[in-house]
Amino acid sequence: MDRFPDHEKYYRFLRRNIILIVVLVSLTPMVILTGIILYRYHETYYRLSVSHLEQVVEKHRSQIDTFLYDKLADIELLGSWFTFDQLSVEPVLENKLQEMQAKFSGVFVDLGVIDESGVQLAYAGPFKLTKANYAQADWFKKAIQSDTFISDVFLGIRGLPHFIVAVKHTWQGRQWLLRATIDFVAFNSLVENIHIGKTGLAFILNSKGELQTHTRFSSPIPNRVVRDILDYESPSEEISVFQRSSESGNDTLYIAAPLKEGEWILVYQQEVDDFFSGLASTRNTAILIFAIACVFIISAAVLISSRMVRRIERVDREKEMMNEQVIEAGKLASLGELAAGIAHEINNPVAIMVEEAGWIEDLLQEEEFKEGENLDEFQRALRQIRTQGSRCKDITHKLLSFARRTDPAKHDVSVNELVTEVVSLSEQRARYANVAMSVNLTDDLPPVSVSPSELQQVLLNLINNALDAMDPAGGKLEITSRPEDGYIVIDVADTGPGIPQANLQRIFDPFYTTKPVGKGTGLGLSICYGIIKKMNGEISVNSAAGIGATFHVKIPLKDGTDANGRDDTTSAR
Amino acid sequence: MDNTKILLVDDEQGFVDTMGKRLAKRNLQVQSALSGEEALEALKKGANPDVVILDVKMPGKDGIQTLRDIKGAYPLVEVIMLTGHATVESAIEGMRLGAYDYLMKPCDMDVLLAKVSEAYAKKKSHEEKIMQAQLKEITSRRV
Repeated sequence: MDRFPDHEKYYRFLRRNIILIVVLVSLTPMVILTGIILYRYHETYYRLSVSHLEQVVEKHRSQIDTFLYDKLADIELLGSWFTFDQLSVEPVLENKLQEMQAKFSGVFVDLGVIDESGVQLAYAGPFKLTKANYAQADWFKKAIQSDTFISDVFLGIRGLPHFIVAVKHTWQGRQWLLRATIDFVAFNSLVENIHIGKTGLAFILNSKGELQTHTRFSSPIPNRVVRDILDYESPSEEISVFQRSSESGNDTLYIAAPLKEGEWILVYQQEVDDFFSGLASTRNTAILIFAIACVFIISAAVLISSRMVRRIERVDREKEMMNEQVIEAGKLASLGELAAGIAHEINNPVAIMVEEAGWIEDLLQEEEFKEGENLDEFQRALRQIRTQGSRCKDITHKLLSFARRTDPAKHDVSVNELVTEVVSLSEQRARYANVAMSVNLTDDLPPVSVSPSELQQVLLNLINNALDAMDPAGGKLEITSRPEDGYIVIDVADTGPGIPQANLQRIFDPFYTTKPVGKGTGLGLSICYGIIKKMNGEISVNSAAGIGATFHVKIPLKDGTDANGRDDTTSAR
Repeated sequence: MDNTKILLVDDEQGFVDTMGKRLAKRNLQVQSALSGEEALEALKKGANPDVVILDVKMPGKDGIQTLRDIKGAYPLVEVIMLTGHATVESAIEGMRLGAYDYLMKPCDMDVLLAKVSEAYAKKKSHEEKIMQAQLKEITSRRV
């Protein structure tokens, strides 16, 4: 606290520090945890999703491959069951085509028999392609080389996208091809229908990167992507997965699977954002919760630190006050001792002064002074000295009793016994003052835990005040004791002149007295007030001029005593 | 009351002197001592006072101890204790030890004289009784 002569700054500093520490300590693990969990979740999600997609792609790939090889097998079968002669007859071919179309619901567009020079000897189908010469066609050149052949998609003579499935046979030493055209639309739909999410689609490329199917969105595939796909393509049957950003700037995920023994590639693509859409919602939820939690933590930190600092402030203040009180009490105590010492020391010189004055008074009785002019004055002055000396005595005595600690040891005191004792002490004096004292004590009052000498002092003081007020006209002084609400109440009621309203407020003030000069110091009631307050009791007065005064002294019962005087603590067990 | 022998014991010279003079003016025989030891010395030397007026708080041997010593050696001598307020308890203790009464300083002369007179009366009456008893004892001796 010494760094901050200004308390305000200190508390603000403290508050800020507490908030910082709390926020830091709470948020750091949360941030780390959330980060780690989100990251792992992201990774796992990615892996699982990709793996899922790979499986989907794999399924489609085998579907497509199966489709292709099934068709090939059909043609092969056809070619091996019937001879070149038989199939070269167009009606027969027609018949076969119709059969196949019926069986496979229109996948086969047409059939053709082509001799080794590339001439189509027989044709069955919707186009007029009989006698067409394919000697220059790429596909023919390839097909005549291998036993089976599936071509890329191309427009061909007919001008429509299609692809050919061809099987080579030998008959009578000469090679011939049985060729079928596969309906592109049917084939395309196999691939076109693959879509997942909003942007997922599939297409097939040949080994040169030429598109073999239509894409759903019919936007061209970026060249570099095509290159990448071709690069990534591994000769084995493995599926490759990679990510590129497209021209529109979105990251796109590509999954490529080889088809047709590597001649074609089935490519599945999906925008990464779309792919991770499920993840995004989770991530956003997590971030939202995190943000809310942050808000809570920070407001809690602010609130708690404010409250704590305020409490610290209050405690510090109380501590300061207590320190001051302790210092005050210490000062008071040493003052008290000092006062006691002084008072006692003053008594001796005052006593001597008074004696000397008295001695002069005695001497003035001598004859020589009887006729003196100033005799009366001498005697008056000397009486005055004696009066003032006596007053000094009163003051020092009262001061000494104020400073002197009465034995504060608490005992269990029977109030009625104490009252009786004090009343008997005062009886003599009451008689001289013409006051009739009476008591009215409730029987079986429970004991209180107080210092008996202190309570004695209070009662005696009240009684003496009453007697002083009624001396010598006389009157009645009644003392009653009764229980009330956890207290014992002692009333001291006199029939004296009473206390006017204006004075009532001040009677417990120190040094307040209405007694004539020399008769009282005004400390009595303030001492009583202090004693009773220390006992946690109350002292009060009812009075009006001409009616007398009643002082009420309330003393709390011992803790654990109920109103009937039974010890409560035993019943609690 | 006249010629009552008083022994004043107090460490304050001024007090002792003036009190002595005032008492003497009232026809009392006054001897004084400024300490407990001086008082006992005086008694040993045969002072034989009727009433001792004894201050409670004195340096050296205090009032209570002096009282004990006096009462121990000269039990018939009456002692009146004088006290400043702080030593009232000592005065009460003194009374338990046999002092006749106590007064608070500064004291009123008339009150003091009244007490002295009472103390003297008590001593005299006690001495009377002793004399009576002695007489009786002598006269009832068988010759």
